Amino acid sequence: MNASTSRRALLVLYTALVFVFIFAPIVSTVVFSFNADRFPSLPWGGFSLQWYEAIFADASIQRGLMNSLIVAVATSAIATFLGFAAAYVDYRYRFFGKMAYISIVALPPTVPVVILGVAMLTFEGRIGLSGTLTGITVGHVVLAAPFAMALVRMRLADLDPDIERAAWNLGATPWATITGVVIPFCLPAILASVFLTAAVSFDEFMIAWFVSGVNETLPVRVLAMLQGQVSPRINAIGALVFAVSMTLVVAAQMLLGRSGRRNAKEA
Amino acid sequence: MSDASPVPTLPPSASAKASRLRFAAFWSLPPLLWQLAFFVVPLGFLVAMTFWSVKSFRLTPDATLANWIFILNAGFFRNAYIYTFWLAGLTALLASFVAFPASYAMAFLLKPATRRFLVFMLVVPFFTSYPVRIYSTQIFFSPQGIINAVIEPLGLGPVSVLNSPTGTVVGYLVLTLPLVVLLQTFALGNVPRTLVEAAHNLGCGRLRTILTVIVPSARVGLIVAATFAFVLAFGDYVAPVYLGGSKPPTLSILIADQVKSGNNWPRASVVAVVMIVTLIIVMTAMLALAYGRKGARR
Repeated sequence: MNASTSRRALLVLYTALVFVFIFAPIVSTVVFSFNADRFPSLPWGGFSLQWYEAIFADASIQRGLMNSLIVAVATSAIATFLGFAAAYVDYRYRFFGKMAYISIVALPPTVPVVILGVAMLTFEGRIGLSGTLTGITVGHVVLAAPFAMALVRMRLADLDPDIERAAWNLGATPWATITGVVIPFCLPAILASVFLTAAVSFDEFMIAWFVSGVNETLPVRVLAMLQGQVSPRINAIGALVFAVSMTLVVAAQMLLGRSGRRNAKEA
Repeated sequence: MSDASPVPTLPPSASAKASRLRFAAFWSLPPLLWQLAFFVVPLGFLVAMTFWSVKSFRLTPDATLANWIFILNAGFFRNAYIYTFWLAGLTALLASFVAFPASYAMAFLLKPATRRFLVFMLVVPFFTSYPVRIYSTQIFFSPQGIINAVIEPLGLGPVSVLNSPTGTVVGYLVLTLPLVVLLQTFALGNVPRTLVEAAHNLGCGRLRTILTVIVPSARVGLIVAATFAFVLAFGDYVAPVYLGGSKPPTLSILIADQVKSGNNWPRASVVAVVMIVTLIIVMTAMLALAYGRKGARR
């Protein structure tokens, strides 16, 4: 084995270690959610579904899950519409102040969520939205819409702008063009953004923690449980959140992947 | 460009023009109004509230500098500010150096299919509950936890990183490392292979190639990655609470405490505004660093 190969092997081993560090908490969450023992330690105490049974028997967790799902569905619908609209405006129009327009829509993810949370709480407190699911949804849409915009905008980059003009000149109204040409073309990205924004909302805990009041979402419930003692139920919830989010992300990925392949074929 | 357009546009009639305008308004106004109402206005309100006062437990619109003077002069705030800034800076640096060899391997050594798979894997952590990941990390490091169970038979003393700044940094790395590896891999992937080969052909050693060719050409991406790590760590609340044991408090802990138990929203707003200003300055400085000397170099 020469020096180059061993250096290569060493680097690959190092990379593996970095991935071990990143994935150890995730893997242990899933593994210990099925552990029979109360305390997550080695050796493993045997397979058990008791923690899943425990969380499904817990009314506060059920309510949290329900609230999270309601907020995620509402968020994904509104954020995807707003994101599509902003992406289309960016694609179609040139106007004075466009940079400012795009910045206002796209900037929220760069602001720390703890600050978004306080701002949301104080503001929503004034207009009577704090403590409501609507209030949480409002905050989640602000955070999720930029992701939807990015996804749709990437797709629109592949649409020849002359196609729309051609449709208009053939007598189609802008409305007919957008429903007949633009939206069908963007459909994979739109669906991907529905799933991705739902996942963003489903995992968000800081804004919801500030705003939610008694209407806790699932991650906020977890945050409250963390304050208490060691509980394998947190692992079970974590594994459940992981399963739901990953289903959404993989679905989004598959939709984007399919449209990407189709593009490659067309080109 | 529009002159060269292969599709000539007919002159629109007046009613068509009105319809076009309605159409443009339908798509452009909702995102704008939503983000104005629920992003810009709340942040503006946050700034305005720093000048309000709390009189007999009630928020009162006011124009006082008392909150600013109190917070900026408070020793606990200054300590928290320096501590948070230092830990976030350390995290950005650590994450960058820990990630680099892995990003290098992903960009230059691994097969494209393996790279694609690993890039997808790096997205996964963003969609697992971050508080649960921190909880897991806590369990790993706890006195009877997995790490101590593994290293004690090896004769290594029990490690105690929980409830210490080290614990907080470990948590910050859990948060930032996936993103930093991802961004660095993209940055290194964009380094022209021809440059690297040219350096090799001219007899440049591996380490020298990395330092004089690869790092400078990927500089923008590497700095952006470090900046994101700083921003994420600076604003994080979960790691300093559950791994750092809230001692000493970070700025986000101060905010949460002022809001949740102190109920002093104006003071929390001052801390939040100071954080935003700090982040804007840091991001501007990092962008200047990223793009600054580019022109001079060429």
